[in-house]
Amino acid sequence: MRKATARAREKAQPEVKATKAAARPARLRIAPPPGKRPAGEPARLRIAPKPPEKQPDAEPAPPKRVAKRPKGVTAEEMGARQREISVSEFFTKNRHLLGFDSPRKALLTCVKEAVDNALDACEEGGILPDVEVKLEVAGNGDAPPPSQATRFRITVTDNGPGIVRQQIPRIFAKLLYGSKFHRLRMSRGQQGIGISAAGMYAQLTTGKPVQIISRTGSRAAAHYFEVQIDTKKNEPLVHESKKIDWDRERGTQVTLEVEGRYQKGRASVDEYLEQISIANPHVKLTYDTVEGETTGFDRTVEELPPPPKEIKPHPYGIELGMLLKMLHDTGSHTLAGFLAGDFCRVSPELARVICKNAGVSAHARPREVTGEVAESVYKTLQATKIMAPPTNCLSPIGGKAILSGLYHQIKGEFYTAVSRPPAVYRGNPFVIEAGLAFGSRPAQDGRTEDKPKPKAKEEALPLAEGETDEAESELARVIRYANRVPLLFQQTACATYKAVVDTTWRNYGISQSRGALPQGPMVIFVHMASVWVPFTSESKEAIADYDEIRKEITLALRECGRRLGVFLRRRGRAQSEFRRRNIFELYIEEVVDACNRLKGGKLPAEKIKAQLQKIAKSKTGGAKTDELLGKRSGPEGLPDSIIVTEEGVEGAIEPAAPAEPEKAPSAAKARKARVVEEAPEEEEAAAEPKKPRKGKATKKARAAEEAEEEEAPAIEAEKPRKGRATRAAEEAPEEEAPAPEAKAPRKGRASKKTRAAEEAQLEMELAAEAKAPRKGRTKARAAEQAPAEEAPAPEAKAPRKGRATRKARAAEEAQVEMELAAAAKKPRKARTTRPKKKG
Amino acid sequence: MARAKRKAAGNVEAKLVGMADVVIDAAQRSRDPAFAIPIRALSNVSFNQRKGMIEMGSRKQERSFFNVGMAKKFMQTMLVADALSELQRANLTTSLREIYYRTKHTIKNSQENTFDTQDESDPIIEDLEVSLAVLREELHMRAENGGSVVGPLVLGDDGDRVDCARLGKGGYSVPSIVEPEYVEIQKCTADFVLLVEKGTQWNRLSEDKFWKKYNCVLLTGNGQPPRGVRRLARRLHEEKKLPVYVLVDNDPWGYYIYSVVKQGSINLAFESERMAIPKAKFIGLSSADPERFALPRNVGIKLNDKDISRAKELLNYKWFQKKPWQEEIKRMLSSGLKYELDALANKDFQYLTKKYLPGKLKDQDWLD
Repeated sequence: MRKATARAREKAQPEVKATKAAARPARLRIAPPPGKRPAGEPARLRIAPKPPEKQPDAEPAPPKRVAKRPKGVTAEEMGARQREISVSEFFTKNRHLLGFDSPRKALLTCVKEAVDNALDACEEGGILPDVEVKLEVAGNGDAPPPSQATRFRITVTDNGPGIVRQQIPRIFAKLLYGSKFHRLRMSRGQQGIGISAAGMYAQLTTGKPVQIISRTGSRAAAHYFEVQIDTKKNEPLVHESKKIDWDRERGTQVTLEVEGRYQKGRASVDEYLEQISIANPHVKLTYDTVEGETTGFDRTVEELPPPPKEIKPHPYGIELGMLLKMLHDTGSHTLAGFLAGDFCRVSPELARVICKNAGVSAHARPREVTGEVAESVYKTLQATKIMAPPTNCLSPIGGKAILSGLYHQIKGEFYTAVSRPPAVYRGNPFVIEAGLAFGSRPAQDGRTEDKPKPKAKEEALPLAEGETDEAESELARVIRYANRVPLLFQQTACATYKAVVDTTWRNYGISQSRGALPQGPMVIFVHMASVWVPFTSESKEAIADYDEIRKEITLALRECGRRLGVFLRRRGRAQSEFRRRNIFELYIEEVVDACNRLKGGKLPAEKIKAQLQKIAKSKTGGAKTDELLGKRSGPEGLPDSIIVTEEGVEGAIEPAAPAEPEKAPSAAKARKARVVEEAPEEEEAAAEPKKPRKGKATKKARAAEEAEEEEAPAIEAEKPRKGRATRAAEEAPEEEAPAPEAKAPRKGRASKKTRAAEEAQLEMELAAEAKAPRKGRTKARAAEQAPAEEAPAPEAKAPRKGRATRKARAAEEAQVEMELAAAAKKPRKARTTRPKKKG
Repeated sequence: MARAKRKAAGNVEAKLVGMADVVIDAAQRSRDPAFAIPIRALSNVSFNQRKGMIEMGSRKQERSFFNVGMAKKFMQTMLVADALSELQRANLTTSLREIYYRTKHTIKNSQENTFDTQDESDPIIEDLEVSLAVLREELHMRAENGGSVVGPLVLGDDGDRVDCARLGKGGYSVPSIVEPEYVEIQKCTADFVLLVEKGTQWNRLSEDKFWKKYNCVLLTGNGQPPRGVRRLARRLHEEKKLPVYVLVDNDPWGYYIYSVVKQGSINLAFESERMAIPKAKFIGLSSADPERFALPRNVGIKLNDKDISRAKELLNYKWFQKKPWQEEIKRMLSSGLKYELDALANKDFQYLTKKYLPGKLKDQDWLD
């Protein structure tokens, strides 16, 4: 493999050789770490005529050069060798930092950078993205099969606003050049490295230039470019530039030819595109696979996410050096003016206060504020209470869109999504969103048959001793996003993964071994949207583990978990009723057959079976249970798919048939009321799917529905209030506590009903259970509750939630802190005491 | 004898068939079919001072069918009863594992198995033994042969005459069923029975022909003696009036083995009547022996936490309340050491045979 690569490189175009040759001497001059010196070099160094003599006036040389060498070169000689290293050269050698470490990963990184750029451009231009990705095997003459191929041509075409002619070379062939680095605004790309690094990788491995076609509109001409990077100067080299005819009205097309490896499965191009479409349901993706097939992911949300606003840095988010630089570069004439003008959330009034507190004149000239004075300003800034940064610079996906994305790409029985209110780390606002798809079969390719077949289970072979159901032991899959970009590598280094592992999923009826992911057919979705996502490395693979971020992720996951817990318990209850009846029916056969054999086959078996079945019926709640069970579809007495709303209790039940996804998220969204206008329709939509079933519906369902109807007007009435509250919340996430307070009395009425419904249902169940002999009942109940274990709290909370959602959240946050503190000391005890405190 | 056998069999079969009647009866009267099963746990066991054995209490547990928690067990019980009656009719004996396989199948219209592991079927067999008041042997259940015997003893087994004095070092492997219908004690000239915990030490004694010199029957159960060994010792004790001495390691488990032989076990308390040998004596290894026989401290083993807590449990058992026993156990606890029988080899390979046991027997140095 290595050799093949080398040969391929030799065969490459002569100009690459030239560039490489130019780069070579320079490369030698970059100090290699001691001990890893290339074999040739020491010899050269030994020729040095003079022993080392450090001259005081010599430029401070990198100490590693001389440090461990008794015989070496003079400072002059060293000085002659020292020269600037271009960024491009640096990255040529350190390409793993950018995600080009293995051929397989490199291929993905190239696709990823091109797609990210395309999506960013479209969204910024206010255009619903329509992106085509084409992957081909590149070869001279006969191309090898995709699994064997080492060279690929990647073409990504978008319908974005296009790029003006002059900028094309620099965007694609100059590292650290871009529009996104200097502004604080949420976007996929951040540094301006990505696509040019991909281009450089192409140049490095195949010698082919990047080909670009771009057109800014129907009246403009399409431009065709072939560019490469001058790695020494970090400047673009234009090989070809011409006007061409292009069948598209506007957009950009990038073609890269790179060395890589194509493999399906985890962290593949296919998986990346699938995940893109989960988090970006407003994107239409067309994918021409290596095999020559055309697949794709349709757009399921027809509106663009609201464009994020650009913000100024927040004083809490900067460091002293940054402040010094800003002081130097500012256009303001006074310090106070600078503070108020160059930072967000600093009013002129506050700026004066800061100056006063720092002991500096408000009229000082910013350029003259240096040294200790600047440090004092910096410290004062950090010590002053400043409002959290605005959050309109963020554009979270939104619970509804997440649900839609999950629903379409992953087959399951239960979906939920949580979008947290904005929070702040180091002065950077961010939003955490989490989603969860749970079900017996998270589909591999996401678009197989619409009906999950629970029947398949029954056709399975009987289990031998020691065998278990595999679905039970499979680990959950975590899909991670940062600013809507899937993160596919370094899962375990990511704050997201750590938060998932640290969440006690057992509380929600999911098994989990210590220090591992939860078990079960489950996909966990976590998205972080921020103006600056703190990655652990330049290749953007894992989110750094800041406490603030981890806490938000944890809270979002818990909310998801709680809803899943409610869903599982509800399903468990229905199932256990059904199972009771079912096991008696099954066992009656066995028992009567055994009796018949004992009696020598002289028994009127059928008659006895009938008699026993009659007893069974009367013991298990008789006709009532029939009503509960028989009228529903599916062998488990449950429909195929349930989507539980945020409230958890009045879930919208919907069959898994490909209905409009917009209905599915329904109430969850309404409750959130991020987009206030949607609330009433959403509520109706939630009630909708239940109506046709009303006639047959159980008491429980009817009660719940009544409660829901009761609640709908309450919410409508609340609308203006909520609107205000939301706005307030957006502006000051920390100070939102008072707003919900006002809401409390209204919602109280509605939730009382809900609670009544819940209680009625509970009573019914108890009555049914009471008929069973005592011991069995306690056992059965214990069994039922076993998965809930330490978490009676969430259940207890559920009915009351409507009233005190906000309060609960405050409590929850406090609790998390408490838990974290307690967990540090005595994890066991903390867990057992928790429910009490909550209740 | 054969007739007795058949009669007993008929009786057991009738009891098993009676279980079907319970179900049929309940079905006809629209009742929940249920059996009462005596509880087999420490909480339902009492020590009968007068008889000197552990007896099972009267507490019972209802096992009813229409109860989610018990339905499966009820169904399993019926299946096992059916399999056992099949054995009766065919006059075959079988093992626990075979019963498990015999009764295991997938329930119609489901993928649930009647039994998932043998752990589910074993206790049901014990349940049936207790609730029907029949012996495991009468149910035609056998365990693996779990012990050996050698000595001046002649047994009749399946029509063969087994002279335990002519079976070399290995002796006769004690079957799990030694009821008179199966194993007949034809002749026994021994003076006493020595039940040894460890097979290794039994081998030592057998090799040294200890039984010849001291005219005794040597028995071992390789650890906790199985029912066959216990029953054989009891029969020798009862029918031939032989005293029984127990030789075990000096540790809490050794004490417990002795107590099981003497008073019966908690789990099989219902068998005490048939198994226990209240007059059995504890001959060694006593916690006083290391000092008496000058065993060096370095052949002892430190008591671990489990040993200590087990010893403390023993101190609370009613049948260990005699003063010498309290002293014995407390002495072990205070020394903090336990000793294996094998440790006697530290003095001499034949120390057990030549010095230790002869001394003990001569001085009548044992605990009751």
